[in-house]
Amino acid sequence: MTAAPFPDEELARIRADFPILTRTVRGGHPLVYLDSGATSHKPRQVLDAERGFYERTNAAVHRGAHRLSEEGTDAYEASRDTIARFIGGRASEVVFTRNATEAINLVAYAFSNAAAGGGGGHGDRFGLGPGDEVLVTEMEHHANLIPWQEACRRTGATLRWVPVAEDGRLDLTDLDGLLTERTKVFAFTHVSNVLGTLNPVTELVARAHAVGALVVLDACQSVPHLPVDVGGLGVDFLAFSGHKMFGPLGIGVLWGRPELLDEMPVFLTGGSMIETVTMERATYAPVPQKFEAGVPVAAQAVGLAAACDYITDLGLDRVHAHEQALTERLLAGLATRSWVRVLGPADLRERGGAVAFTVDGVHAHDVGQVLDDRGVAVRVGHHCAWPLHRALKAQASTRASFAAYNTPGEVDVLLDALDRVPAMFGLEVHA
Amino acid sequence: MDLYQELILEHYKRPVRAGLREPFEAEVRHVNPTCGDEVTLRVHVAGRGGDAVVEDVSYDAMGCSISVASASILAEEITGGSVTHARETYEAMHSMLTSKGEDPGDEEKIGDGVALAGVAKYPARIKCALLSWMAFSDALHQAEGAQQ
Repeated sequence: MTAAPFPDEELARIRADFPILTRTVRGGHPLVYLDSGATSHKPRQVLDAERGFYERTNAAVHRGAHRLSEEGTDAYEASRDTIARFIGGRASEVVFTRNATEAINLVAYAFSNAAAGGGGGHGDRFGLGPGDEVLVTEMEHHANLIPWQEACRRTGATLRWVPVAEDGRLDLTDLDGLLTERTKVFAFTHVSNVLGTLNPVTELVARAHAVGALVVLDACQSVPHLPVDVGGLGVDFLAFSGHKMFGPLGIGVLWGRPELLDEMPVFLTGGSMIETVTMERATYAPVPQKFEAGVPVAAQAVGLAAACDYITDLGLDRVHAHEQALTERLLAGLATRSWVRVLGPADLRERGGAVAFTVDGVHAHDVGQVLDDRGVAVRVGHHCAWPLHRALKAQASTRASFAAYNTPGEVDVLLDALDRVPAMFGLEVHA
Repeated sequence: MDLYQELILEHYKRPVRAGLREPFEAEVRHVNPTCGDEVTLRVHVAGRGGDAVVEDVSYDAMGCSISVASASILAEEITGGSVTHARETYEAMHSMLTSKGEDPGDEEKIGDGVALAGVAKYPARIKCALLSWMAFSDALHQAEGAQQ
């Protein structure tokens, strides 16, 4: 049986968990928050968990032998276990970072640090140099593009990319020419943050592994919205952030295959990540500590674990079904408006819960402002995916993105508010 | 919504003096990285010192109504006036746009520019309105350097 969207009563209970959803904006309009793809709101359960840590347990974890330090360390490591299980992994495979951007940089720097003889790892698989290639896609968020541009610049490797077709899906026609034995790493997104495009991960992983390339998956827009299992996907690394999945700001996750994490040179260095230190040199702690320099983000980890529990209680299959229903409603509404162009796949099965669109002759900033005037919060601009917008010949777009707390009524408020746009900017609307 | 004054929408739909022209002493390109708005702007200055006149401001603006209207208003207010007047207008616009609503703008100094006063209350949009003015200030500086 497939999961059903949340009915009104259940949705009201979910919404009651999110204090911010009761506020009004711009002259008393109820907040209609359709920007969860940028950052989601936080339920009381997460806020209470983080506050509880600070109120009862607060300590610098993995250092000190006092009672609070012990409890803090336990809470931190128990959170790692919860978060690892949420994506089908083990605690020892999960590295906490400041955000997903840092998680991807950690992997990108492993390649250039290995090439430069950096310590803490011995992996030949992380060597990168002239003649080697890094493959990305044209739909990447800047967070999964710039780190690879810079890694190539530092090592002399060549950056290549899979183009995006007009329908907003990856154009895999020439994948054999792009993904070759020269490719050391293939970094791509699970779900496009702009188009919602769901990429065929297992197929791409098989093709990458066939030529010996490592796969780095940007899972920022998938882990919060659909069941993700690292084993089933077969990827080598997976990165996501806490704040897009009801968790706190300031924490990201890098999951990696243990033997690879073990082989990787260190990234940020300092306290916490060492084994022994002399004035000349240091040896490093085992994974994951060797990648967690400085006082760990314990309260954030506790908050993120609470967010994982919250989503698990809701049921990720139901969250996904709910967001799909909202996406379908919005796509249907936009389809009746001839002056709107939806970017991305037409088929709901190939989409996540983000819908980007353009209005002919009106800039996304202006569209967003008119929506904001009615309390509707959407993202406008290029959403940190400038090359993708260029490929789709859109200077910018307006994006609505959903979370479990959004209602069908909110989709209707967006559509109603959008109908003010043509008259306001003098468009000639043909029905 | 007091942001979209009729005058702004007029300038947006029919931008004044749009397009790139010759002659010019300086051309600059400014970008708003948060939304991808772009303006390419050229300045043609004749004469020197106190007699210098902005003969032409020509531009190619791609962006939202606020940024396009602001470029149009700039070209209308600045073209044909003295460089001294251009600088005063720039200062007055900058002051109004960054005042968080405290400075309502002086129509004597900035003409149609007062229609952009509402932008100051929308922090995310101030850069849209300032884009072409920053570009102009930069271009004027370069044009004067070229004359030395």
